[in-house]
Amino acid sequence: MKPGNRLFKKRCQITRSSMLREMRERNFERKAFLSLWADRLFSWKGSDPVIFIEQAKKVFQTKNGPVKAVDNINLSVQEGEIFGMIGYSGAGKSTLIRMLNGLETPTEGSVTVAGRKISTIKGTELRKARQEIGMIFQHFNLLWSRTVRENIAFPLEIAGVAKAERDKRVAELIELVGLEGRGDSYPSQLSGGQKQRVGIARALANNPKVLLCDEATSALDPQTTDSILDLLVDINERLGLTIVLITHEMHVIRKICHRVAVMENGQIVELGPVLDVFRRPEQPITKRFVQQVTEPEESKETIQHLLTEHPDGKIVKLTFVGVSAEQPVVTELIRSFQVGVNILQGKISQTQNGAYGTLFVQITGDPAEVARAVAFLDAQQVDSEVITYE
Amino acid sequence: MSEQWFPNVDWEKMWEATYETLYMTGISVVITFIIGMLLGLLLFLTSKGQLWQNRAVYSVTAIIVNVFRSIPFIILIVLLIPFTKTIMGTIIGENAALPALIIGAAPFYARMVEIALREIDKGVVEAARAMGASTWTIIRKVLIPESMPALVSGLTVTAIALVGYTAMAGVIGAGGLGNLAFLDGFQRSRNDVTVMATIVILIIVFIIQFIGDTAVRKLDKR
Ligand SMILES: Nc1ncnc2c1ncn2[C@@H]1O[C@H](COP(=O)(O)OP(=O)(O)O)[C@@H](O)[C@H]1O
Ligand SMILES: [Mg+2]
Repeated sequence: MKPGNRLFKKRCQITRSSMLREMRERNFERKAFLSLWADRLFSWKGSDPVIFIEQAKKVFQTKNGPVKAVDNINLSVQEGEIFGMIGYSGAGKSTLIRMLNGLETPTEGSVTVAGRKISTIKGTELRKARQEIGMIFQHFNLLWSRTVRENIAFPLEIAGVAKAERDKRVAELIELVGLEGRGDSYPSQLSGGQKQRVGIARALANNPKVLLCDEATSALDPQTTDSILDLLVDINERLGLTIVLITHEMHVIRKICHRVAVMENGQIVELGPVLDVFRRPEQPITKRFVQQVTEPEESKETIQHLLTEHPDGKIVKLTFVGVSAEQPVVTELIRSFQVGVNILQGKISQTQNGAYGTLFVQITGDPAEVARAVAFLDAQQVDSEVITYE
Repeated sequence: MSEQWFPNVDWEKMWEATYETLYMTGISVVITFIIGMLLGLLLFLTSKGQLWQNRAVYSVTAIIVNVFRSIPFIILIVLLIPFTKTIMGTIIGENAALPALIIGAAPFYARMVEIALREIDKGVVEAARAMGASTWTIIRKVLIPESMPALVSGLTVTAIALVGYTAMAGVIGAGGLGNLAFLDGFQRSRNDVTVMATIVILIIVFIIQFIGDTAVRKLDKR
């Protein structure tokens, strides 16, 4: 593991152990302030935040009156971090991410990226700043009139890079994103995944400090989504690039993000390291998102059904977090206790900080022995919960 | 064969008229393209939600374009006689036809340019902005290349309309095939001259259409 990654983990622990717990214990209104405070401490422990959003607000004036798209958001993102924002359509995610490269100007508050106050600069200065912030889009937004090579060269032309150097850089980028041999194709001749690779190469052309991804995988099938996500992780690790991505799919967050913010009605309602949020989702919306990747949809009915069919046994929901997911807990259980263990349903997922998942097991046998088995589970590094009738 | 079917056609005159028609069409297409592009870009960029959004400029430009587009060409020529006389010094000949041809066709083409630009995927312009492109770079490297097939097919339609306009201008003294068909053919009751002038005009139109279609096919990589 790279040293950068270790540093990151350490930072996570500091937040996990203190700040976020405190935040959780306090009431919701104070959360924004506390998260800002936690983030500042965070940045004091580690490197400087590369993105700093303070009291950002965006109100759109529409025919039907003002729309508050972003409502008082405070946030900072560390260098080298993959930061995810999740929320349903209309939550204000796009508006927020577009503030980071000045495509939207906040009505109030300030946005700083890579040391530049994006929310106030204009003209040439803003254009220069944008050259250091890459962005990829849901619908790729490639120029159909240009080949792959020419598309990737476009930001270099904008930055005024000389032809010879441009060609060299484009060749490197084509290799980086795995599009060797497709340089002279037009976008119309590429698959969705290949188009997004061109988008990524183009976004990286000017060696940006930050990469913004607006629903970058939402138009792709699951398999292609995974390959694009792998590429993003690879770039993050190899170049130390900070990535901010927005999505409505928890799968994306689970797979590559270090921290996640949950957005609802223009506000961040929950924020923390991905595993923490997975383990202890607080807001109903977060719980729904977490369920997307941990519990199979049909599990609730199935469990209720099993409870009715086997009133004698106990049904336990095991939640694995981090390293413990690798431990053979179930094997131990069967070996050590005179109980029957029936695995009903489960799903284990890998996150950037370890595995996370849930497993529903039915434990049958002598009630005293079952109770001891449950006690054993509690002692493990596994959250267990005995499911009863609802 | 030409003796038998077209006894009255003076081929030298026919060539000369063809040249005049091509001259008027060629010059007016070039200038119409330039003015139409500028007006079209202005209409597009000042319209709602675009880079230079400006309601006043958009409305004024749109009104001018619509007015000139709506005046029937034959009336426009007559209306423009004093203007033509002032700037060209004469109202007879191929050059005298140019102001009317251009003023008649440029607004028509401007609208087509505006429509072509509107069809560009908004996301592409946004991507260019996110890369730090200036408005000028966006015009040159995004708007124009991305709308090129529509710009060319619009120009084809405009050029064909201009061939028709030159014929009308010919009737009131601008020269060219229209003039020949009217004076030598119609007024002297030599139908073969009129038919031959028509055939030449059709050939010109078909060639323009062919070139336009081929160019669009080559340009369109979508
Ligand atoms: N340019 C705009 N004009 C008016 N309203 C807008 C504009 N952009 C976004 N909104 C509104 O702001 C809210 C948040 O939109 P958006 O940031 O696109 O959400 P998300 O990306 O989370 O789906 C929505 O209610 C949307 O209708
Ligand atoms: Mg969006």
